Amino acid sequence: MRWPQQLRMKALMLFRRRNAASRLDQELDFHLQQQVAENVVAGMDPAEARSAALRLFGNPTLLREEAQSFWSWNSLGKAWRDLRYGARTLRRSPGFALLAVTVMALGIGATTSLFTIVRSVLLTPLPFAEPNQLVMVYEHFRDQANLGTSPYNVVAPGDFYDWREKTNGFQDMAAWRPWGCTLAGNHAEMPESVPAAAGSWNLLALLGVQPAYGRPFAPEEDRPGAKNVVLLSWSLFQRRFGGNPSIVGQEVHLDTIPFTVIGVLPRWFTYPRATVQLWVPYSANFPVDKAPPHDMHESYVVARLKPGVTAQAATQQVSALQYRIHMEYQGRPVAEDALSRPMIEDVVSDIKTPLLVLFGAVTCLLLIACLNVSNLLVARSTARRKEVAIRGALGGSRLTLVREQMMESLLICLLGGTLGFMLAFSATHWLATHWRGLPRADAIHVDGVVLGFSIATVLFSALLAGLVPAISATGTALLAVLQDSSRAIGGSASRAGLRKILLTSEIALTVVLLVGAGLLFKSFVQLRTSDLGCSTENVLTRRYFLPEKQYNKPEMVLAFHQSLLERVRRLPGVLAAGLVSVAPGGGYGGDFVFTIPERPSEGSVVERDALYRTADPGYFSALQIPLLSGRYFTEQERLDRKLFVIVSKKLADQFFPGESPLGKHITRSFADKPETYEIIGVVGDTLHDVGDPIKATVYFPIFSGIPDRTSSATLVLRTSGDPLSLSIPVQKQIAALDPTLAMHDMLTLPQIVSKATASQSFSTTLVLAFAILSLLLAAVGLYGVLSYLVSQRMTEFGIRMALGAQRWELLRLVLVDALRPVATGLALGSAGAIAAGMLIKSLLYGTHPVDPSVFAVMIGSLILTALLASTAPALRACRIEPTQALRME
Amino acid sequence: MAKPNDLVQGTLDLLILKTISLEPKHGWAIAKRIQQISNEVLQVQQGSLYPALHRLEQQGWIRAKWGESETGREAKFYFLTAAGRAQLEREKESWKRLSSAIDLVVESAG
Repeated sequence: MRWPQQLRMKALMLFRRRNAASRLDQELDFHLQQQVAENVVAGMDPAEARSAALRLFGNPTLLREEAQSFWSWNSLGKAWRDLRYGARTLRRSPGFALLAVTVMALGIGATTSLFTIVRSVLLTPLPFAEPNQLVMVYEHFRDQANLGTSPYNVVAPGDFYDWREKTNGFQDMAAWRPWGCTLAGNHAEMPESVPAAAGSWNLLALLGVQPAYGRPFAPEEDRPGAKNVVLLSWSLFQRRFGGNPSIVGQEVHLDTIPFTVIGVLPRWFTYPRATVQLWVPYSANFPVDKAPPHDMHESYVVARLKPGVTAQAATQQVSALQYRIHMEYQGRPVAEDALSRPMIEDVVSDIKTPLLVLFGAVTCLLLIACLNVSNLLVARSTARRKEVAIRGALGGSRLTLVREQMMESLLICLLGGTLGFMLAFSATHWLATHWRGLPRADAIHVDGVVLGFSIATVLFSALLAGLVPAISATGTALLAVLQDSSRAIGGSASRAGLRKILLTSEIALTVVLLVGAGLLFKSFVQLRTSDLGCSTENVLTRRYFLPEKQYNKPEMVLAFHQSLLERVRRLPGVLAAGLVSVAPGGGYGGDFVFTIPERPSEGSVVERDALYRTADPGYFSALQIPLLSGRYFTEQERLDRKLFVIVSKKLADQFFPGESPLGKHITRSFADKPETYEIIGVVGDTLHDVGDPIKATVYFPIFSGIPDRTSSATLVLRTSGDPLSLSIPVQKQIAALDPTLAMHDMLTLPQIVSKATASQSFSTTLVLAFAILSLLLAAVGLYGVLSYLVSQRMTEFGIRMALGAQRWELLRLVLVDALRPVATGLALGSAGAIAAGMLIKSLLYGTHPVDPSVFAVMIGSLILTALLASTAPALRACRIEPTQALRME
Repeated sequence: MAKPNDLVQGTLDLLILKTISLEPKHGWAIAKRIQQISNEVLQVQQGSLYPALHRLEQQGWIRAKWGESETGREAKFYFLTAAGRAQLEREKESWKRLSSAIDLVVESAG
């Protein structure tokens, strides 16, 4: 039972340490006095007795320290002493301390923040029951690989129903498809257009989600022709219905059809994205009299694995079934295989690479920050070389000296880390709220693991920044340092060498970051400025949708389209107006597979696929899309006289190379009844999505007025002045025609493009900011090294001057010395940059990893910065007065 | 003359524990006592004595209290704890084993 005693001693040593120390002095002094007394008794005189006792006693300080070394908490005490010592050294040079702490705070803050996001978005399990069992199943066309598109193709409803019914590899499969509608109250009040989704009745149960209020869909509600029911998202429930649960059981109007609200989804449920406002059953608006199609690809299938059955085995079963379906529907766009991937991968597939690139960039930044602090510390340790050497000579152990120096970098990193962690808190919040298109933004939060990560980062940085200077400062032979004349002419070559190595790595990392940022920035600019294929200046677009319930006859649809065009064309400031289903840059907007009666069986199903557009006669001239041959639609080609189409140049080149497509035909095979259209014109290509390659496009006459096919339209206006000033007049014209139509945004074409590229814009800006920051850090590092070198060589320069060297020769000497590590860093960095460019290849657009212009600009700016940073020290060197320099120490 | 650091590792601990087993003593007295008893053969240097005392104290084998010495000055008196007393027995045992083993080797015919 000695632990109470040990505990008591520990407490004593912890809380009454100072007391214990003075007691120890007393104890040793008592011993000494006893010895003196004994000596006096032996006949010495008092002075002699005392010195003899002291001789016998040895070094009292050493003795005290040896006794103390057995006390508990001794290492703590030492650390505390080192800490105070470090703090004192830092306080002595507040400028350096401030700079170093800021640099580390930025580095650690940025790294922690990005780590939080990467971890939350990519690694945190999805908020569903047993999320590891969830996979997404897609169709896969064997041709897709050749066409360079994603191998994961969305699923047709017919396929999904067959999969669910005829395979048993999965516990269950559920499907959802994007939807959209006009939401209005019971009296058609407050119409608004809302993004929505249609999900199969078992989707929520499969994900393990319970509605916050009400109940999920019942199986009998998910059948064509069933009673219309709707589930509200939490945000819609709060925003539009004031969070009042009595809405459950009441009716709302979707596209003017009454739907009964049966439940509200929980707040955290933001799958597939936070913008989805409401859910309807998967089969809502499927026709009652037709089997679900196998060639209308629009659904996403979620499946839950059976325990003991691998995803691969289960998918194989689905794949085999899909091949049978494919054989059954030969010539139709029905895929041969099925593919699956884990649901979490599916959710983050678009954001994974950009996030990892950003994380890589901040890691680079942190490394550069560490190297910079390391560099500054080496400079300081050089100034204290003699002090360290003397302490070493007096018996200071190397470990103690290294520890002391490490403590300084640890202190910098601790302060920087604390600031950085606070920075990370706000930065993470800001990123999560401002990064449009970041999936799972709601999953982002700072927690213990993040705190642990940032503590680890602090320690790692402290080690990285402090170890090299500490070891190099204490390692040199003591004598050499002490013998070093105070008027050393050459300075310390090895120390400068170390700093140059640090500087070289810093420059190399900066080059990697700069070139990477440059590539991303160029891609982004290319994206933003990509030629849409039409006039983009002074163009206003306004989508609208005519509910099929009211606009159920072609004449009605046509009448609306025409009256709207007539009305807006009369508005002052409108130069031209037209209608199209989806404006350029406005998205995919649907496709279809066609055949060409003139040449049967040409190309595979996937190849004979074109974007589906409807347009009015005035659309092409309104947007100044060039007519390459043939003619536009005429005003007479309407209603039943509709079997004419205009094709894009891409389609003409692809299917009618070297001949005119005019007068040839295409047959739409996506409807049950084939319809054959005559090609009457060829127009220039337009981009459906910036960043995506041009796709063959077919324009059908919107004046056919067929509900469903033409009831969704985009009004495009070319104006003489600021297009947005026409927003209200146009809105008034639409409301005058039908006040129950939902509001939609009025967007200019550049606005559409910037909306589509918002995510790239965000990540590019961030990487660019990191790169500029690292450039600044590199400049600081270079300036520091050079200033030091110059001050070391002042005497040498003075002698050179006295011997007749010209000022410009000195300038050259310093600059060459400075630019050597820069050049090495550039060479190494360029190689690294090419490797990094290969890694981010998938993010590049309109450029490639070895883009000479990007390399030239970025390396040029680095060299310019290096020159600027080295000019000041170089000038100082060449302005020196020889007499002054020689007198200087 | 054997110096304490020539002693077998841990012997100093045994000597200290034994010396204070009868009555509390301060450091000076412990050193003197060991010297006396061993007929001036064992001289305990301060450089070993005090670190050893402080180590034993931290380990809970001995405790200390301040009291008046024979000369009237304040001195730190060390005495055994219960655990220390048991430790002394163990150390004695192992010392006996060790010394008899060494005897055997040294005195053997071979």
